[in-house]
Amino acid sequence: MGWTVFVTRVLILSLLALSFDLVWGFAGILSFGQALFFGGAGYAVALMARDLGVSSAFLALPAAALVRLAFSLLIAALVLLGRRLASMIFVALGTLTGAYAGDRLARSWYYLGGQNGIPSISPLRAGSYELVEGVAFYYLAFGSLVIVYLICRFLVRSQFGLALAGMRDQETRVAFFGYRVQHLKTLVFALAGAIAGLAGGLYAFHEGFVWPNMLGVVLSTQIVLYALFGGVGTLVGAVIGVVVIEHVSFILSDRFPEVWPIILGVVLLLVIMFQPKGLVGLLVSERERAGSFGRRPR
Amino acid sequence: MPLLEACNVTKMFGELTALNQVSLTVGEHEVHGLIGPNGSGKSTLLKCIAGAESPTAGTIFFAGHDITEKPPEERARVGINIKFQITSVIPSLSVYDNVLLSLQAQSPLTSLIWSRTRQALHFRIMETLEHFRLAERMDECAGVLSHGEQELVEIAMALAPEPKLLLLDEPTAGMNLEERRITAELLRPIKDRCSVVIVEHDLDFIRDICDVLTVLDQGNVLDGGTVEEIQASKRVQEVYLARV
Ligand SMILES: Nc1ncnc2c1ncn2[C@@H]1O[C@H](COP(=O)(O)OP(=O)(O)O)[C@@H](O)[C@H]1O
Ligand SMILES: [Mg+2]
Repeated sequence: MGWTVFVTRVLILSLLALSFDLVWGFAGILSFGQALFFGGAGYAVALMARDLGVSSAFLALPAAALVRLAFSLLIAALVLLGRRLASMIFVALGTLTGAYAGDRLARSWYYLGGQNGIPSISPLRAGSYELVEGVAFYYLAFGSLVIVYLICRFLVRSQFGLALAGMRDQETRVAFFGYRVQHLKTLVFALAGAIAGLAGGLYAFHEGFVWPNMLGVVLSTQIVLYALFGGVGTLVGAVIGVVVIEHVSFILSDRFPEVWPIILGVVLLLVIMFQPKGLVGLLVSERERAGSFGRRPR
Repeated sequence: MPLLEACNVTKMFGELTALNQVSLTVGEHEVHGLIGPNGSGKSTLLKCIAGAESPTAGTIFFAGHDITEKPPEERARVGINIKFQITSVIPSLSVYDNVLLSLQAQSPLTSLIWSRTRQALHFRIMETLEHFRLAERMDECAGVLSHGEQELVEIAMALAPEPKLLLLDEPTAGMNLEERRITAELLRPIKDRCSVVIVEHDLDFIRDICDVLTVLDQGNVLDGGTVEEIQASKRVQEVYLARV
């Protein structure tokens, strides 16, 4: 496997981790469903390419993000917006169940290709140019990650980010200031869904096929662990988590194929138990983590 | 028309009757003291008004509208702010950001995303911080302040958005004498700006700032009236003042 292909894949997974950090690290929504949005968007672009012949980057990727945006709004309406605030455990189980159901559905539905998924998706196009795996796709993924990161950073450093920070620390308290907590949560959840969708669309075109694992519980959990490993609530931590684990895995899984998964599991567990702020906790002070919100006038 | 009218509010926690048909009326620009022994239901009454608890029976009117079923955020938006008994500043945020958090709460989401109200609110934040003598400490994390200072930050947060009704649950608990004196000084003029319901144990403090008192005992209204009337009341002396 080429290095460029590997790095591109890591960048796309970083996008997914970023979307998880946004929901959990900033809005306090424990979503185990990010893979559902990721895989769902992958399937959506695969079907568009197969059945509608659409593979233009300018159509397919925004469509992937938009489909997920709509879908996550729907989920949000179900799990987040009740008269009473949904408890964290309810949201976690709800999204986990969603990911499991998505996986089962994809496996058993002939239209979606069953166990094999949808193979040989036509390449992503920009005009007449075909973006296949390689340097061009790497730049596309890298550019997407940078842009999405900057948008997220803008958001969490705005006055809106301050509202999120308050909500994350004292969810029930901020309602008494007049914040409509469910609206804040829904907006972040939907945005994160759109980011996961963009990542899923990119991934489908990059690999050239989609398969049920993209939707499932395993990928969802993996993303949660990687983000926790890197450190949630900082955006950059989630990316660091994915980049570090994937790189170390890439090198070590070849050399120690049997024991590597066990080592990885133990390391993740140790970090989450003893360094709950993740790797970035070693680099970034508590004050910087809290940050500042909107430029203060002089 | 009174600003707040709680009619026959009853609150049960399982078998326990925390409030038994309590009625309370607060007029515009009135500072209304709520006193009574521990466990008499003072905090529960404030929570029912703010929306933190929903009454088992009874109705609460605010400015003529029935708000009994409204969630807390909608009550805040019509002008009810509360400082709970337990301090709950956001410890990881600076004092300045805590006040901003409270002041911007009713801005529309789009203007929050573009940080549009930041400039306009800066002046009000600074004014509030200076008023509460917190300006020097505005960049410190709220969590490192003393208990009394955190109480002051919370009062500032509750007052800054210019509510119509301010609910204060034991604002001077944990304050030293000096902080207590400052707080009384700061609170005295606010009746020009809003109505206040205040729970407080310090009788000097109450005499200092309250117009009207309601006395609760075991969930029942024992008596109500001006400070002088309550001080003269035999019933109150028997049940409450004797124990303090
Ligand atoms: N959430 C709750 N669950 C059960 N009992 C409660 C709860 N909140 C308050 N109580 C009880 O209700 C009574 C009144 O409490 P509270 O309003 O806090 O009194 P006060 O503020 O006057 O000291 C007390 O007996 C208390 O134990
Ligand atoms: Mg109390």
